[in-house]
Amino acid sequence: MIYPDKNVIVSEVEHLVEKYGFGRENLLPILQEVQRKFGFISDFAMQEIAHRLDIHPVEVYGVVTFYSFLSTEPKGKYVIRLCKTISCDIAGKDAIARTLERELGLKFGETSADRKFSLEFCHCIGMCDQGPAMLINDQVFTKLTPSKVIEIIENIK
Amino acid sequence: MESKISQERAPVAQKPHKIDTTVTGDIGGLVDIEINGRPYQVPFGITILEACRRNNIHIPTLCYHEDLCIAGVCRVCVVEIEGMRTLQASCAYPITGKIKIWTTSEKVRKARRHILDLLLSEHYGECYSCVRNNNCELQTLAKEYGVDYYRFGHVDQKRYEVDRSSYAIVRDMDKCVLCKRCVRTCIDLQEVGVLEATRRGYNTLISTFMDKPMIDVICINCGQCINRCPTGALRAKDPSDEIWKAIDDPKKHVVIQTAPSIRVAIGEEFGLPPGNSMTGQMATALRMIGFDRVFDTNFAADLTIMEEGTELLLRLKRKLVDGDENVKLPQFTSCSPGWIKFIEHYYPEYLDYLSTCKSPQQMFGAVIKTFYAQEMGIDPANIVTVAVMPCTAKKFECNRPEMNSSGFKDIDYGLTTRELAQMIKEAGIYLPELPPSHFDEPFGDASGAGLIFGATGGVMEAALRTVYEIVTGREVPFKNLEITPCRGIDGVREASVVLENVKEEWKFLEGVELKFMIAHGTANAKKVMEALIRGELNNYHFVEIMACPGGCIGGGGQPIPTSPEIRKKRIEAIYKEDAELPIRKSHENPHIKYIYEKFLVDGPCGHISHKLLHTHYTKRGKYIV
Repeated sequence: MIYPDKNVIVSEVEHLVEKYGFGRENLLPILQEVQRKFGFISDFAMQEIAHRLDIHPVEVYGVVTFYSFLSTEPKGKYVIRLCKTISCDIAGKDAIARTLERELGLKFGETSADRKFSLEFCHCIGMCDQGPAMLINDQVFTKLTPSKVIEIIENIK
Repeated sequence: MESKISQERAPVAQKPHKIDTTVTGDIGGLVDIEINGRPYQVPFGITILEACRRNNIHIPTLCYHEDLCIAGVCRVCVVEIEGMRTLQASCAYPITGKIKIWTTSEKVRKARRHILDLLLSEHYGECYSCVRNNNCELQTLAKEYGVDYYRFGHVDQKRYEVDRSSYAIVRDMDKCVLCKRCVRTCIDLQEVGVLEATRRGYNTLISTFMDKPMIDVICINCGQCINRCPTGALRAKDPSDEIWKAIDDPKKHVVIQTAPSIRVAIGEEFGLPPGNSMTGQMATALRMIGFDRVFDTNFAADLTIMEEGTELLLRLKRKLVDGDENVKLPQFTSCSPGWIKFIEHYYPEYLDYLSTCKSPQQMFGAVIKTFYAQEMGIDPANIVTVAVMPCTAKKFECNRPEMNSSGFKDIDYGLTTRELAQMIKEAGIYLPELPPSHFDEPFGDASGAGLIFGATGGVMEAALRTVYEIVTGREVPFKNLEITPCRGIDGVREASVVLENVKEEWKFLEGVELKFMIAHGTANAKKVMEALIRGELNNYHFVEIMACPGGCIGGGGQPIPTSPEIRKKRIEAIYKEDAELPIRKSHENPHIKYIYEKFLVDGPCGHISHKLLHTHYTKRGKYIV
């Protein structure tokens, strides 16, 4: 992954702050747009946003680490997020997690060297009645079984 | 001059409720409530905690702190309210109607005990090896509520590396109970923003930006977080082992200086109430410990006034007489190392406004390793200079690379009040019972002006006493030399004095109204700087800024706990001692006259003093690499 140029980040943040406004309540939409555009929020971007909104960089960092869908590290092309909340856990999350790790050759929290896959856990995605559930980027996969997972991964590999 | 951030971060509803009992307001007046079955009348809008405290009903607290906004996160202060399904945090519950409160019912006691057990289940640390042993709020609560076993388990292994990277502050997250006092201190009180809660839920961790070590983030080392931490998660870096080693080494000549604000606070470490002055006892104790010479930083404060006052007059002359546009006014004080680092990071383009004077601590170090070494015939390489300061930022300051104008490190070790008290205890001395004694020659006497450096507004008052007299030949026109506009505890204060009938050589100052501003706490410093940028300070001449709330008496190295009440007592003790001193003005200190005759022969702001007593600053910027 090529790290985005600082000037690009500066002008993007400037544009976003103009679009949403200076108040600290606009932090989240700005972060979401930066995440969408660059795939992650670099430490420079966090400081630039903090500077523009007149808050402290550590406050921005606190928000970014709070949300599973915001990240400080570059992610792969496909971000696979397995729900780790209680109903999916009871429905058999562990077997799915093991299958994913084996199929991708990755541990949870890791990104593959070719930057194709990122594997991580997330909090509840609202599919409690159809667990275990996972997200690949914005697409939801429910009622997972190990064989279904293998098929899904084969399709995008 | 209100800052945008401070208002938005903590909504008014979360700000500490300070309601005067005599003013009951137009909204609700007094409200009849019942606490533990007894009727009380309390002002409308007051919190349950405050209502109970005023009526001497004890409610335990942990995350609550008088200086900070309400958080309501620890839940230790829960109480039962009739008709409510759940217990309520009393620190965050404003009374707006007739309610019945139970503070010690079975439900409350059980909940508090469980909350404590849960806090302890996450807290790792052996009490006897902890710097806060016997002064820990968590330990006190555990004792108060009779915790006899860990109901929800206990951490039995270290989970986090201790962060010792900073010169001043050590962070041990194993002891953290997530009360967020440090977060509120750093962001609201000081507006520096080093620490914030990161991650979520079970993984929540108080951390720095990108989890970097403290040395890499923008920390001004003020240590206010240490003063407010209920446990030992934040502490100062203790150099006392090295100091003991130097004392035990017969070849080393160990010299100690004590700051003005130590004497009024150190008694608290020995169980005395705040506001007891221990000047003489402290000097005796330091000699008993084995320091070869015991000096008073007040002398260096007097020296600072001579230099800084002269610098102000020179700036005024260059601006008004020579019309030099490069001269920056108002001149900002440079005594507080926390403030210096703050301006270096956040306002690097305004460093020219700072006085070039070193802080009294560093001035004294430079004088000791030159003048004193020469007078006593000691090789400065064998002199170890120790400074007892109320301040953790001084630990950083003495390690600044530019602070070695004598060819040696000006100050070798910075010690805080707490660490000195520990050394005194270690030497088997009970301070309050010692006979008082004087500081050592050749810097034995200091003026009251040097002493009041310890309180906010003190530098300004001391400078005025000298500058006014230099210019007009008369004493400042205030009763008993008490320049009351400089005193007080408001965050930003202003004062002015008109110069009339001035001496011949200061003719250009005739009729000039000298305007001053005083601020303490870096949040207030930020307000002043924003005003400066907007151009509102153009006709001001001198600005005093102290990084810590209350000035040095509220410093990050002072005895824990701190509160507005405690700081007020310490300030009162300082002014009381000043009023009793025979010499009240820096320029009348005979030792100051002596040093300008013998050593700094070309006078204040002369060539020698420029080399030894003045410094330069670094543009640091606020980008974290």
